[in-house]
Amino acid sequence: MLEVIVFSTLNGVLYGLLLFMLSSGLTLIFSMMGVLNFAHASFYMLGAYFAYSLGMHVGFWPALLLSPLLVAAIGAVVERYGLRRVHANGHVAELLFTFGLAYVIDELVRLVWGSVPVAYLAPESMQAPLFTLFGTDYSLFRGVAMLIAILMFAALWFLLKKTRVGMMIRAALTHGQMVGHLGHNVPRLFMGVFGFGCALAGLAGVIGGPLLNTEPGMAATLGPIVFVVVVVGGMGSLPGAFYASLLIGLLQTFFVAIDVSIGEMLNTVGFSVDPYGEVTGITLANIAPMTPFILLVLILIFRPRGLMGELEYE
Amino acid sequence: MSDAQALPRRRARPGWRAFAPWLISLAALLVLPLLTSSGTVFTIVNVIAINIVFALSYNMLLGQGGMLSFGHAVFFGLGSYAAIHAMNAIGDASYAGEGLWAHVPVLALPLVGMAAGGLAALVIGWPFCRRAGTAFAMITLGLGELVAASAQMFPSVFGGESGVFSDRMVGPQVFGPELAQPADVYWFMVFWVLVAVFAMWAFTRTPLGRLSNAVRDNAERLQFIGYQPRNVRFMVLIASGAFGGLAGGMAAVNYEIVTPESLGLVPSGLALLMAAVGGLGVFYGPIIGAILVTLMNSLLIDFTEASVLYVGLVFLAVVMFAPRGLGGGVEQVRQAWHDGDLRRRLPGWLGGAGAVALMSIGLIALVELVYQVRHGRDQFAHILGIDVDPSAPWGWAAVVILLATGYGLHRFSAHYREASE
Repeated sequence: MLEVIVFSTLNGVLYGLLLFMLSSGLTLIFSMMGVLNFAHASFYMLGAYFAYSLGMHVGFWPALLLSPLLVAAIGAVVERYGLRRVHANGHVAELLFTFGLAYVIDELVRLVWGSVPVAYLAPESMQAPLFTLFGTDYSLFRGVAMLIAILMFAALWFLLKKTRVGMMIRAALTHGQMVGHLGHNVPRLFMGVFGFGCALAGLAGVIGGPLLNTEPGMAATLGPIVFVVVVVGGMGSLPGAFYASLLIGLLQTFFVAIDVSIGEMLNTVGFSVDPYGEVTGITLANIAPMTPFILLVLILIFRPRGLMGELEYE
Repeated sequence: MSDAQALPRRRARPGWRAFAPWLISLAALLVLPLLTSSGTVFTIVNVIAINIVFALSYNMLLGQGGMLSFGHAVFFGLGSYAAIHAMNAIGDASYAGEGLWAHVPVLALPLVGMAAGGLAALVIGWPFCRRAGTAFAMITLGLGELVAASAQMFPSVFGGESGVFSDRMVGPQVFGPELAQPADVYWFMVFWVLVAVFAMWAFTRTPLGRLSNAVRDNAERLQFIGYQPRNVRFMVLIASGAFGGLAGGMAAVNYEIVTPESLGLVPSGLALLMAAVGGLGVFYGPIIGAILVTLMNSLLIDFTEASVLYVGLVFLAVVMFAPRGLGGGVEQVRQAWHDGDLRRRLPGWLGGAGAVALMSIGLIALVELVYQVRHGRDQFAHILGIDVDPSAPWGWAAVVILLATGYGLHRFSAHYREASE
């Protein structure tokens, strides 16, 4: 039991951190431009695939740096020549654009890398166990992935709170026009933030690819969950996205680990139902993929502004 | 809201012109079986009929009510499931020779789907209708995922991975032949697509239809007049869900199988795709979109491995360059014809169309060449009937020339278009 708790916590935190790498970029982009980037998870997927292809030529560590940069460049181009153009037609048009973009990126990935998973693995040196607990290995790569994620958050915090660019970004979040009047190039700032958000997603892809699975469906699997994180955390709130990421990461990981059916749980508290019936036989592990969406519906009914959102967005 | 589309101008006199589109469509539908007896044609036309109803029901939400939904297939799929279970009930009851269901014809099944879709919207819709825009989009996305995932957990209702099967050749026959071949189902589809399209068109003329336009354009002002935007949205969602369910019922009869995938994000995205490509601001826009996208989906697959990509690129191009969709383009030409300045504006438009054509051919060539390099099984990429060797440079050069010429023509004709605005 203790083994399950320890490993579920470790894996849940890692998964949550991965979710936050995606949702932090998405939240930044949303609060700045008012558009939820539907293609955000597709940039995550691109990060993984670029790292796979680059890694074959230059090795894992250079790819860890190059792949997010490449994704950032693509993101910047998308913002400059796509999103900025569509912006004039309103938010619905922007959402439609990013939706179409996700569709096209998914298909391009299928076209270039095929529709079966590619063998993107952590480097040989990282496969060794970091520590062994209760007879189960915890691989070095998971530890490093967690370290990278934490370093990234430190860097993000430093960038936003302690640098001049971060000050401009924070100002543009709330008073975009005023920042423009002061002589800063706000569209270029937007492009930078969009590219930066995409780079974070790409970085998540580089470390998420070996941990999860690198296949063309990976964007469609993770994308909706990242949206749930952003809505549950409160749209536009970075701390909210952080807590929601960890919450959903832990929730999902623990549910997967607990193989108890609803009927069995009811029986322990005094009911007597068939633990193998169609409804009562559903285990918590079955419900695991649905937990984010159940949480979303509950949040939207009982606290529409999310955990830490300040106001409701139109 | 700034993204509101202007209503097409309506003239006061309801002359014969108002009925012309209906009569022409009816005539075309009646003539089609005289021209061909090919099963493939009817198979595709039947799918088009389903998708027309599906796309139009979706546009009741997005185009007319301003609610961007990523979960419309929930109503479609639940309607499908209701209809297929009813079809099984008809089969069982006719076999036993007694029971209420033994008297229900298969022709009425879309009504079962409609009831199920409307009921589903009635039960689950209320909490979502508080806001339109991004919040509504996110909730419907989550809802769609939730319903699709939970459908997998109840195999006795949703049939698990393989879905629920049925047989449509059961029950009393009302009129027409038995529904054996796609050509027989055609008449079933003609009947329902006409009924549904007319009903949805009539809906736009009701007070509720008008209110849904108002809540899209300015919800706050509507509140000042004394209407509750949330109630209006809720009622529109129910109507839209009902027609989505009707399309689902049609699909159940057509395919005789329903799988949990019909509830998911893929068909929801398809509805959005069809409606947006056809044009959200014009009533008949989604009809054009449904025809085009269905044709692309079913015909391209024989010619290229990248058919889905082309559909996506068309969608992206429409969103970027023609935000009012194909239907909006048709309206624009009609307006120019009406105002008598078609001659002045035509060169710019033709130039734009030529640019699109050139760049499309260039892009198609590029995609096919890339595909050939990555996965090719034989030596050549087959591009629009021409065999191109990807290892030779001239194919790639042609791509560059096509794209560059197209872009040049676009810039040149843009100059024309601005001058005539």
